[in-house]
Amino acid sequence: MQEAIVQLTYLAASVMFILGLRSLTKPDEARRGMQLAALGMLLAIVGTLLHEEILTYTWIVGGLIIGTLVGYPLGKFVPMTAMPQRIAFSHMFGALAATLVGIGEFYHMYQGDHPTNPSAAESRFKMAAIGFEVLFGALTVSGSFMAFGKLQEFITGRPVTFKGQNFLNAVLFLAAVGCLGWLVYEPSNVIVFYSIVAISFAIGFMLVLPIGGADMPVVVSLLNSYAGLAAAATGFAIGNNVLIIAGALDGASGFILSIIMSKAMNRSFANVLFGAFGTGGGTASAKTSEGLIAKPITAEDAAVLLAYAGKVIVVPGYGMAVAQAQHQVRELAELIEKKGGDVKYAIHPVAGRMPGHMNVLLAEANVPYERMYDMDEINDQFAECDVAVVIGANDVVNPAAKTDPASPIYGMPILRVSEAKAVIVLKRSMNTGFAGIENELFFDEKTSMLFGDAKASLSRLISEVKHV
Amino acid sequence: MSATGFIQLYVFILAGFVGFLVISRVPPLLHTPLMAATNAISGISLVGSIVLAGGQYGKLPTILGVIAVACAMTNVVGGFIITDRMLSMFKRAEKPSAKPGDTPAPGGGH
Repeated sequence: MQEAIVQLTYLAASVMFILGLRSLTKPDEARRGMQLAALGMLLAIVGTLLHEEILTYTWIVGGLIIGTLVGYPLGKFVPMTAMPQRIAFSHMFGALAATLVGIGEFYHMYQGDHPTNPSAAESRFKMAAIGFEVLFGALTVSGSFMAFGKLQEFITGRPVTFKGQNFLNAVLFLAAVGCLGWLVYEPSNVIVFYSIVAISFAIGFMLVLPIGGADMPVVVSLLNSYAGLAAAATGFAIGNNVLIIAGALDGASGFILSIIMSKAMNRSFANVLFGAFGTGGGTASAKTSEGLIAKPITAEDAAVLLAYAGKVIVVPGYGMAVAQAQHQVRELAELIEKKGGDVKYAIHPVAGRMPGHMNVLLAEANVPYERMYDMDEINDQFAECDVAVVIGANDVVNPAAKTDPASPIYGMPILRVSEAKAVIVLKRSMNTGFAGIENELFFDEKTSMLFGDAKASLSRLISEVKHV
Repeated sequence: MSATGFIQLYVFILAGFVGFLVISRVPPLLHTPLMAATNAISGISLVGSIVLAGGQYGKLPTILGVIAVACAMTNVVGGFIITDRMLSMFKRAEKPSAKPGDTPAPGGGH
């Protein structure tokens, strides 16, 4: 009877998770849907506490209290600008939990004071699951830590590469797969088990080491997927369906996101992971800016242009996030609308450091979501647009992706900003973007450059537009 | 491989398909909340952690279990709060604008 109740709570939780994720297809229903998913989680937790194998609650309650105390501020107070590192950080926690459960299970079976010592035939399937669990878990722990460090900038955001790197990675990968096979053959082998943990941990570090800042969206999504797979493997190991279902959902989600991100950069998975973009090699063939002059514009002139524009499209990039200028963007847009203009936002899938980064920042600044458009929806509208305002974006608007087959970003889908009647680019300096290549857009005769910190430039624009 | 193992594989594959179909339809607009949401849901590892922490498996598994409970609970609490916080920010324009040629964002909820 008790077991039936536990299983029913798990079933209800699984349904609620799926409904919650489904609600995310509609912004108006998403919030309520996710609250339902949270309720599902609560049910699953209560159900688990009824589990008959549980004898003492002291430790569990202690852990739950610590988790709540740490989790509450992480949910409540972390600013939206810090969201990419916040997400990477929590992947680490999720994967750590899965890894520790895997180690605990193994210890319970073959080590400890009273090992259950199941025979190899009995435990082969379970051991394969535990092996996958610690493999995905450990590599997600170290990989997410590296991603967190790079996004938080206490580890260099530049790709770190060295000779023989891919060879070393291949060796580590083969070693992990080999150990996994061995563990299935001989489940009680303690050394092989802990080798998997150690090697996977090393793989996580090595995997993220050569990844540069702008490739982070792919990696963060991929780690999301791995964290899910680790949870699913836990479900196989302890025979729990809700874990398998939730893990499969997370795994699918992370996988889809990383594919979308790779496509938006016109690069394969393998290229992102092993290519180490923007470190010599590929950039050699890019055009240089010699002999070309970018035309600077004063805030006064830019303000006049904007105040009398009918259709304005704002293109935000990572520069807007760095300058935390989203509120000023919204204020400027309001002023333009007051003067009779129409403002839309064009968002490239890989703008920023994680999927949907720009959308969240703009939403935080109270930009209504109907005004935010995906690349495919808005690209045809640039031709009719009077002024396109590019704020801290570079590679995602570089026409070389369409016109210059020698460019490293050739083939990447871009926002067709150069079709607009006039372009204003807000930029700190003439430095090249992440890919390290010159942007012809900046030298186009329609383009004017407004140099300076995005936030300061926007504040000047706001006060000038008020006076027009 | 046991019959249970096969059933588990069925559950995994089918749930993966459901996830694939549902999540492909999430608009890019909500991709960050989606990541936060799946992160919160991955806190379901808590279920495994609780059994490890509370069952009498020995001293080391209990310690590992408690750490795992704390980690997973952090994701559950933090993840659902932050998802809710983010989703509460996605709002429509206060007065519906009736500008010609203005199509709503994908999945713009009607």
